[in-house]
Amino acid sequence: MTRRADLLEAIAAHAVVILAVCFSLYPILWVVSLAFSGSTSLEPQVLPIPIEPTLEPMREVVGATRIEPDGSEIWLFGRQLLNSVVVSIATAVVGISVAIPTAYAFARFEFVGRREGMRLLLATQMFPAVASAVPLFMILEALELLNTRTGLVLCYASTSVPFAVFQLRSAFEAIPIDLEEAAMVDGATRFEAFVRVVLPVARPAIAVTFLFAFMTAYNEFILAATLLDDERAFTLPVVLQRFIGEYDARWDLFAAGAIVVSLPVMLLFYQVQRHMVAGLGAGGVKG
Amino acid sequence: MVSVQAKQLIKRFGETTVLAGVDLDIPDGEFAVLVGPSGCGKSTLLRLLAGLERVSAGTIQFGDRDVTTLEPRERDIAMVFQSYALYPHMSVRKNLEFGLRLRKTDAATMTARVEEVAKMLDISHLLERLPRALSGGQRQRVAMGRAIVRRPALFLFDEPLSNLDPALRAQVRVEIRKLHDQLGVTSVYVTHDQVEAMTLADVLFVLDGGEVQQRGRPIDIYREPANCFVAKFLGSPAMNLSPVELRRESPDQRWFAGQFPVATPTAFAGLETGRRVVAGVRPHDLVLASEGAGDLELDVEVVETLGPELTVHGTLRTQAGPGQAYVAVLPAEHRVTRGDTLALKLEHLHLFDADTKRTLRC
Ligand SMILES: Nc1ncnc2c1ncn2[C@@H]1O[C@H](COP(=O)(O)OP(=O)(O)OP(=O)(O)O)[C@@H](O)[C@H]1O
Ligand SMILES: [Mg+2]
Repeated sequence: MTRRADLLEAIAAHAVVILAVCFSLYPILWVVSLAFSGSTSLEPQVLPIPIEPTLEPMREVVGATRIEPDGSEIWLFGRQLLNSVVVSIATAVVGISVAIPTAYAFARFEFVGRREGMRLLLATQMFPAVASAVPLFMILEALELLNTRTGLVLCYASTSVPFAVFQLRSAFEAIPIDLEEAAMVDGATRFEAFVRVVLPVARPAIAVTFLFAFMTAYNEFILAATLLDDERAFTLPVVLQRFIGEYDARWDLFAAGAIVVSLPVMLLFYQVQRHMVAGLGAGGVKG
Repeated sequence: MVSVQAKQLIKRFGETTVLAGVDLDIPDGEFAVLVGPSGCGKSTLLRLLAGLERVSAGTIQFGDRDVTTLEPRERDIAMVFQSYALYPHMSVRKNLEFGLRLRKTDAATMTARVEEVAKMLDISHLLERLPRALSGGQRQRVAMGRAIVRRPALFLFDEPLSNLDPALRAQVRVEIRKLHDQLGVTSVYVTHDQVEAMTLADVLFVLDGGEVQQRGRPIDIYREPANCFVAKFLGSPAMNLSPVELRRESPDQRWFAGQFPVATPTAFAGLETGRRVVAGVRPHDLVLASEGAGDLELDVEVVETLGPELTVHGTLRTQAGPGQAYVAVLPAEHRVTRGDTLALKLEHLHLFDADTKRTLRC
């Protein structure tokens, strides 16, 4: 009879899992259905099945163009997508490049103000981003960087550094100092030991931190909405908001946009995941 | 291959002085062991030799080269860490090659040397594995291999066996000694295990309180410990120590330290009645005597049987009644049980000054 008990158990377990999957997928399916519906309004409906299935919203979002003053036509959406991707990658790269040496110093060196410095970094995280929107606007205006990717990257990277430092510091602290010392005895300089041993061992943590910085920048709305007013400079969250923020809310466009917006993120997740091999750091020390 | 000379090494961490003037001199090609209780500064001393810590004062010389301020990589040393410290993201082969690569060794030489060392240590079949796919004993071998492959002038070992199980530990201990005899590279080996210390060392340094308590061949130190600490620390079970007074009934009679007869009074300096001393007796220096003919009487409390030997724990009888706890080691053919009173004869007595704790010798 254990066979039967096993079967029942399997059925129960699967039922729970399927229920959980439906629960979390439901809103997403709803967005998908909306994106392919011909109807433009939000109608109450239980099953997420497109009404009057059509590719029109998708075409409208992705195909958005704009006529320049000189009469030429540019692919507006493509440009905005590129803005988002370039700004987010640049943010992650700049943020990580600053955070890695900083975090390493916090993890390994004794210096005056080490503890205070860490607290200060964390304190900056307590302020909501809106609080700095106005000063940032003024700074970028003075630097003539409003409506530029560079300006946005500077703002995002500076806000992403504290958390990245915090995360990477614990990652570096978790790496036994023996590894670096072994490398130095083996003939490495401190810098070589850092590059050849510490960085590779911290790779999973660096990958996660990179992803986090990317996502934060990619999803950021408030600063982008404040600092950008030229639609050619918009990032995707601002574009999306425009679909529903005006007088008539185009939910179908919003939904179609949301799907397109999430594609690069999925791609990145897939790429980064390879670096997060679980337990990569295990086995180097102790028996 | 080099000799090692350290003079008056002092190491402070902030307020605490960990090493308070340590002298080391290790002849070229010898196997030196630093032994001492936990926290006595053994690892710190080794790290000073490696250049992983800076001395607060003192000098270190390898051969005729002053290395006191040199970086680890400039010292031509290799070190085996207690944790092994294998690079977790590199295969065993890459781990072994790491130091050679940094020294820009050409590929052919590198491969040849790695293969040679792998063969020597019997890890050839593990070369492509990552450290996490190795057992503790295999990791230990790789760590040794990584040190050997570099052909350094000096090996440093920090308790390399402490993470192995006892059987493996004994086996690897012998292999380390064999490797040393084969390679002839000067080695400094840190341990708190006295068996490792006694068996491996050409020259042994006993450390305590940030100072070298005694230096010498292991057997000499065992036979003639310089002070109470060394006497108690080396030897298992530990030496029995009793604070007593020197006495003799009349000038023509035998000397006694408390109740322990002093066999060769001429060997001891400053014998005078009433002098406070510490009488030390190794458990192995006690033999069973016929009743009434012993120097001591022991009331047996616990008997541990260890194959060829019995370790007998008991209480020493004195004129004033039961005295201190005492340990004797006897051949296993004796039948000893709890409650027995044994008459024991003393084969050797160590005497130490009660104040300085130093050995009394002429
Ligand atoms: N970086 C440091 N800062 C402050 N104190 C330290 C530092 N390193 C070691 N010490 C102290 O120095 C003393 C000696 O340490 P060390 O590691 O040399 O001992 P050990 O003899 O190797 O002990 P064990 O057998 O437990 O490994 C200890 O009291 C330790 O707390
Ligand atoms: Mg130690």
